[in-house]
Amino acid sequence: MTAMLPILVPLLAAALALALPGDRAPRLVLLATALFLPLVALLVMVRVHESGAIVVHVGGWAAPFGIAIVADRFASIMVMLAAIVGAATVLFSSGEAPDPRTDRARSTLILALLAAAAGAFLAGDLFNLYVWFELLLVSSFGLAVLEGRGNQLAGGIVYVVLSLLSSTLFLVGAGLCYGAVGTLNLADLGVRLAELGNPRLATVLASPLLIAFAIKAAVVPFVAWLPAAYPPLSSAIGALFAGLLTKVGVYAIIRTSTIAFVQEPEVIGFAILTAAGATMALGVLAAVSQAEIRRILSFHIASQIGYMLMGTGLALVIVATTPSESVRAELATIALGGAILYILHHIIVKTNLFLVAGLIERRRGTTELKALGGLAQSDPAIAAIFLISALSLAGLPVFSGFWAKLVLVRAGLDAGAWIVTGIALATGLLTLLSMMKIWVEAFWREPVAAAPPPREPGPGWRPMLAASGALAAIALAIGLGARPAWWLARGAAEDMLARDAAAARVLEGGPETPTGERREPRAPDPEEPRR
Amino acid sequence: MRSVIFKAGARAVAPLLVLVSALLVVRGHNEPGGGFVGGLLCASAFALVALAEGVGAARRLLRIEPLRLVGIGLLVALGSAIPAAIAGFAPFTGLWVSLQLWDKASPVKLGTPLVFDLGVYLTVVGIALAMIFTLEESDDDAPAGL
Repeated sequence: MTAMLPILVPLLAAALALALPGDRAPRLVLLATALFLPLVALLVMVRVHESGAIVVHVGGWAAPFGIAIVADRFASIMVMLAAIVGAATVLFSSGEAPDPRTDRARSTLILALLAAAAGAFLAGDLFNLYVWFELLLVSSFGLAVLEGRGNQLAGGIVYVVLSLLSSTLFLVGAGLCYGAVGTLNLADLGVRLAELGNPRLATVLASPLLIAFAIKAAVVPFVAWLPAAYPPLSSAIGALFAGLLTKVGVYAIIRTSTIAFVQEPEVIGFAILTAAGATMALGVLAAVSQAEIRRILSFHIASQIGYMLMGTGLALVIVATTPSESVRAELATIALGGAILYILHHIIVKTNLFLVAGLIERRRGTTELKALGGLAQSDPAIAAIFLISALSLAGLPVFSGFWAKLVLVRAGLDAGAWIVTGIALATGLLTLLSMMKIWVEAFWREPVAAAPPPREPGPGWRPMLAASGALAAIALAIGLGARPAWWLARGAAEDMLARDAAAARVLEGGPETPTGERREPRAPDPEEPRR
Repeated sequence: MRSVIFKAGARAVAPLLVLVSALLVVRGHNEPGGGFVGGLLCASAFALVALAEGVGAARRLLRIEPLRLVGIGLLVALGSAIPAAIAGFAPFTGLWVSLQLWDKASPVKLGTPLVFDLGVYLTVVGIALAMIFTLEESDDDAPAGL
């Protein structure tokens, strides 16, 4: 039950936001739920770290027939991050003026999005994952349309077309898997594909799914939708999307490639590493050439996705090529732990940079670099928050990104992956360059002559600043307290790489049922015909 | 579409549709039917009234804002998870009671899956009508000749 709370609580709140009378009710329900969710996530996280992964067989039907909700250490960290992003962005948006025309729909959609993100992180089977992906798409597209600013629809349409393509590929992939081995449960898929004894077939089955996730994650060459869809959004919604949407795709890639499609890790790992290198390099090069804060940040999202994939690909390649078993386990754990630490730091920092863009817009009415300047003098608080986040993103020592990059580079050197490691280091430098560009032009230099004068921040400024400040504090804490953060990430990676134990947890021991009979999972039947 | 025959026909058929939709929900656990189909059929009854007498008449007949119905439906459906969770089973596990009402030989079985189906039913009615009403109304607003 505990493991389902991060899904059920926001869903219930979404229903309440629709059903309760009164214009103010939806906003209150949204704010209360979003601030409450980190506590729910903390409960799940503590339970999982105390007594191991939780598996819930929804409706009392055993895996692989029923829907399994699996909360292991990785999933619980992701649920926590989603809750933090939700709380910060909702608190931030509570500073915006209420709009009785759209508040009800907006609150419902944000809550549905939070439920869908938690559902995707906790899903134990492909079809369940698909359903949460769809809910994410529907609610995010609804939010993008509701914002209704200027050229919003153009970017939104690119996003929805590519997302539908991704959903179709996902569904095709799931159908092919079911046709080949008759199961959709991720743990069971790993077992059945191994029994099939045809590693290449398993990799072929994985490819439509991995491409579908790569589109969601905005991996090169499927990156087009992201810089088109994000910049026109309002700051709070943009931050929510920037923090959550692409990371769900990355999470699905890590999850499926470590538990379900494990037959040819060298092939999948090499493909992921190639995509990682291209994504890092192209993303950061595109970012350097932009001149508007949100566009710069959007391209950096893509670039940063590359780092997460780099850790994943390295882990897979290490698993495939290292002969010694003990060394292999250690090195793979470090590489995957690096990817997870990167996600941990990136979600907090990137969300906050989008919120900072919102704060700047509130003060100056624009986020075009050429019309900004002097923010360091007029708004030292924003400057401090930006500097913490930007230096974390670029990976300067003591800040959170440094540790994540350090682990990844070390894993890359250990694996002898010189090219991708070189790209990662160069990307770090260029990221620093583009962050310093924002710093110099918006914060440091004298305001340009034609710049509009600073506006009064107006009502609601305090919750906005508080949300952004809290995220900066978390980012600083990850940087200064790197040891506990690494302990979390490493533990999550250990869970992901101990595949047999993970499969056994899901597949063994059926749920209790009211009639007293135990619905045991199916025993392997040697007579069963194989297609 | 303001024909007298259609109007009188709609008034006669709409209650029947609602009745059949209720039947579909109740039998849906073991036979074809269920909350989704039932909800669509029920929504079609109100859509028929909307076509025959205008959206305003259909809205008055429904008495409740369709989107609020969606919220209530979701609450009912999610509520069906609670009894099992309280009893210590996985959420949404089906719990059943047998009621010996009029026929001792075949008791009436009621269970939490029926509650879930009712929730789906209300949600589908709400969603379908929210779309239909909105589209119909935007049609009314369109300039003549379109």
